[in-house]
Amino acid sequence: MSIAAVAATAPEALRIEGLYKSFGRLEVLKGIDMVVAQHEVVCLIGASGSGKSTLLRCINLLEPVDEGRITVAGQEITRRGADADRIRRGIGIVFQAFNLFPHMSVLRNVTLAPTKVLGRSRRAAEAEATELLERFGLSDKRDEYPDRLSGGQQQRVAIVRALAMRPELLLLDEITSALDPELVAEVLDVIRELAAAGMTMVIATHEMGFARDIADRVCFLDGGVVAEEGPPARIFSDPQEARTRQFLDRIIRAGRL
Amino acid sequence: MSGIADSSANEPLPSRRSRSLRRPRGGGILIAVTSTLVVFAALGYILVNAPGWARVQESFFDAEIFADAFPEVAQAFLVNVRIFLMAEALILVVALLLAVVRSLPGPVFFPFRLMAVIYIDFFRGVPGLLVIYLLGLGIPALRLPGVTNDVLFWGLVGLVLVWSAYVAEVYRSGIDSIHPSQEAAARSLGLSRFGALRYVVLPQAVRRVIPPLLNDFIGLQKDSALLSLLGIVEAFRRAQIAASAAFDFTPYLITALFFLVLTVPLARLTDWLVDRDRRQRYAQVGAR
Repeated sequence: MSIAAVAATAPEALRIEGLYKSFGRLEVLKGIDMVVAQHEVVCLIGASGSGKSTLLRCINLLEPVDEGRITVAGQEITRRGADADRIRRGIGIVFQAFNLFPHMSVLRNVTLAPTKVLGRSRRAAEAEATELLERFGLSDKRDEYPDRLSGGQQQRVAIVRALAMRPELLLLDEITSALDPELVAEVLDVIRELAAAGMTMVIATHEMGFARDIADRVCFLDGGVVAEEGPPARIFSDPQEARTRQFLDRIIRAGRL
Repeated sequence: MSGIADSSANEPLPSRRSRSLRRPRGGGILIAVTSTLVVFAALGYILVNAPGWARVQESFFDAEIFADAFPEVAQAFLVNVRIFLMAEALILVVALLLAVVRSLPGPVFFPFRLMAVIYIDFFRGVPGLLVIYLLGLGIPALRLPGVTNDVLFWGLVGLVLVWSAYVAEVYRSGIDSIHPSQEAAARSLGLSRFGALRYVVLPQAVRRVIPPLLNDFIGLQKDSALLSLLGIVEAFRRAQIAASAAFDFTPYLITALFFLVLTVPLARLTDWLVDRDRRQRYAQVGAR
């Protein structure tokens, strides 16, 4: 499916226009344009430092943008005076380093935001959290503390924690990069299940095989812009841009594709 | 926790273990006992054989005066206990507020941060003795209508002002030690800045600073004796009165003992908490 076709068939979940972001003198994003349709899974690939993480953090308003517009479900979230706390409720993000709250049990990690932010009763939040944990094979870890879990389990808890807020859009920031190789699969399986269930996702990843598998569309970021985008089959087998080819060559030589 | 901590955690790090009083094990016990006996015997011998020992014994270790003064010093020590318990409760709150204000990010909060910094710099820099003097003697002298002249009150305020500045810095070091990714995770779930602070950052920060906090409380407890300068008859002042009546220093010894009885267990508790914290962290990281 071409980008235009995807955009035409489903309503927009996310639109990014002319996004610029610098850290001091370092320009990280130099004019990103991107549209994500509802239920679409978009994978961001690119070298370290190409701006994948920064882009995700901007979409979640964890980083203020310098210029440009981000629209989520028809609402411009980068407008002046936008209520960032309210906007973040609908946009989940899962981080590379899990960032679970170490002083809380798994259950409390998952129910904190639903109870404190959405004002749901503790019982209702716990019931739903228990259901989600069960769905992702974590029901026996409910009362454990994060430090007692493996990396893969921690990352799955982090995903459940984000899902407990029932986000319309889920951002995944290299969620398998901090995991031992044998734990990567269990986390990717969770993402596959979410994709099958129709979750809209933007995934920054170094797992090219996974990206080829799961993505409806792949965006290759280079030099702070989307250098090339398209369906995974075309990006991985027949990249049009020289820098995309270079990047993929390096990946193949490293045995990662 | 994060993957960063893993690499360094595979082997135990004996050099980082606590240096508090750890009991030696096995054959080490005999050596430790012998060594302790020899050292203390030598010190005792030097003391007892000092040329002035007889006089010192008379004026510092008089059993009769000790027994006489003990009940009234004990009674007065309750004043100290009351003072520092009230002060500690207030300091925990005031210092936390100061630390939170000082940690507020962004240019909007600059004036508040500035005020907190000035407060902390000032009250850490001025001797506590002066603050207590100025408040306890100065404010009642102003004879402001509706303002209490109770020296105990103003002495307490002085202690709270000074020690809040120290404790605020302890809290702040705790807040700073929590990785920003924790706040990011909380905010990403829609929690407000205040919510992230309350539910995620502070609970972790406070847990980390309990040992240094108790350490400051030991200092504060001793400082309760400073209020004697305002004419409050607490343990030190009571001992002073008894000492000048008997022409003998033994009552001071009683006061010292009372402070030790209180602060030594607190010091050991602090050590124990530090040890436990280290053990837990090691066990947690080692478990993976």
